[in-house]
Amino acid sequence: MKLDDVQRIAHLSRLELSQAEAEALLPQLQAVFSLVEEMQAVDTSGLEPLAHPILFLRELAQPLRVDQVTESDHRSENMQSAPAQQEGYFLVPRVIE
Amino acid sequence: MSWHNTPITLMAKALAAKEVSSTELTQYFLDRIEAGKRWNAYLDVNTHLSLEQANKADKLISVGKAGKLTGIPLAHKDVFVTRGWKSTAASKILAGYQSPFDATVVSNLGIPDESNPHGAGMVCLGKTNMDEFAMGSSNENSAYGPVLNPWNIEHVAGGSSGGSAAAVAAGLAPIATGTDTGGSIRQPAAFCGLTGIKPTYGRVSRYGMIAYASSLDQAGPMGKSAEDCALLLSAMSSHDPRDSTSLADSGEDYGRYLNQAWQENNSNAAKPLEGLRVGLPKEFFAEGLAGDVAKSVNEAAKALENLGAKLVEVSLPKTKLSIPVYYVLAPAEASSNLSRFDGVRYGLRASEYKDLGDMYQKSRTAGFGAEVKRRILIGTYVLCHGYYDAYYLQAQKIRRIIAADFQAAFKECDLILGPVAPDVAWRLGEKSKDPVQMYLEDIYTLSTNLAGLPAMSVPCGFNAKNLPIGMQLIGNYFSEARLLQVAHQYQQASDWHLRQASGVA
Repeated sequence: MKLDDVQRIAHLSRLELSQAEAEALLPQLQAVFSLVEEMQAVDTSGLEPLAHPILFLRELAQPLRVDQVTESDHRSENMQSAPAQQEGYFLVPRVIE
Repeated sequence: MSWHNTPITLMAKALAAKEVSSTELTQYFLDRIEAGKRWNAYLDVNTHLSLEQANKADKLISVGKAGKLTGIPLAHKDVFVTRGWKSTAASKILAGYQSPFDATVVSNLGIPDESNPHGAGMVCLGKTNMDEFAMGSSNENSAYGPVLNPWNIEHVAGGSSGGSAAAVAAGLAPIATGTDTGGSIRQPAAFCGLTGIKPTYGRVSRYGMIAYASSLDQAGPMGKSAEDCALLLSAMSSHDPRDSTSLADSGEDYGRYLNQAWQENNSNAAKPLEGLRVGLPKEFFAEGLAGDVAKSVNEAAKALENLGAKLVEVSLPKTKLSIPVYYVLAPAEASSNLSRFDGVRYGLRASEYKDLGDMYQKSRTAGFGAEVKRRILIGTYVLCHGYYDAYYLQAQKIRRIIAADFQAAFKECDLILGPVAPDVAWRLGEKSKDPVQMYLEDIYTLSTNLAGLPAMSVPCGFNAKNLPIGMQLIGNYFSEARLLQVAHQYQQASDWHLRQASGVA
């Protein structure tokens, strides 16, 4: 990992890093990835990735809910923490000129 | 009456016998919280709301509609969203956030009403401090300051559920909820001398639990004994149609074996654990484990042997690799989960920005703390095209090996015993400068989250500086009631869990 990579993933993560912050983060991330590199020595050929722990034990019967409306209108509760709103809509900077 | 030293099982009896009211109990703990601010255990307390709930609990008791837990106060980790109390996950990005709904754990335990007929009737005392978004092992990553350990305020309380641990250890709550993604119930419980259990993945609903790493997150109780934890877990756990990973067969009486011998036909009261095979993984007692922790855990193993258990050596060969595997998978899931914080619908919005993209970026940059940013960056990197196979998929494949290793070990034993952490609670600031050094502290707890297994932390001694030491019991899937049984039998024969921190009056 290089300094350019830090700025590239920061952009993908929608985080801003000053040059000084990126320089301070680089050795920390490098240390994490040198630990992560230890995984490469393990032979995992033929193994399926395990995304969910219970899948290991048994096929999880994912129960499906009945397709019916259960929720009523919660618009005002859902809007109470909105940073900016207008007429019951979330307000954001203009996207289309 | 010193209610903060009283098990919730006895509190329930006192409430039922009308020796005390829920209002009196709640006021008692609210007074202690007010007097106990130095530990920084709570992030939000609302006296009015708590007493209102206590009043409702008292009414239920007076009309004979009380359940086992009705009227008993508890504290919730701030990762659970609550109506009334602020829900922040100890992050600046959620400062002041008011949730429009309660987490399933909160409603399962809370006051019953029309929309929540099965609520256990417990009273919420407030929201406890934690590492921001549950990312950390010392509680120093909270945006609202670290929690101090009630056993020694120069030491960390552990993390991420450090506020819940300190609250119970300092007598600011009789019991509390926590969550455990890589050890966040078990390690702070061990550091503060408490009992805590992380159940099998899927036992407790994640609905309304602010997500960190969804395939690893699991909630559980933190209290003063296995018996108290069994009682709370039985009320927390349920099948929840609002969580697609909630197990259909959740919800059982986790305390049903507590006072039974391991084998049904065993009538030898001195050897209740006869027939139990306890596996000691050699990798959990290898280099890196502090001498005093090893000594206490070995003595606990001996104590189980005295109760009739048989000790066997087992092997979990990929124990060390659980660290890189976890620190790939958890940040990957976190980077995805935390993308919802964009300053549009809730949470912090930066005050100045040029356009929508800039608003996202500036809001996230101002709202997230250093460790959260680090994990988002790591997660984004391992999910990038070109690295995905080598990091993310390779980690998921090793996760399968780790889960299979446990099944091989469980052919030799019924449960696994080891330390919770390599050392006792460290000094504040001692490990916070070097993230990797902190990650290495999670070595004994991560693998059970990766495999989805239940595991608990049980007090088993103190070091020379009077800091608590915890042992870890790991069971096979769905064996919570058995883990709690063994822990309870141990606690009938030991008094480590009854010790009080010296600074706590």
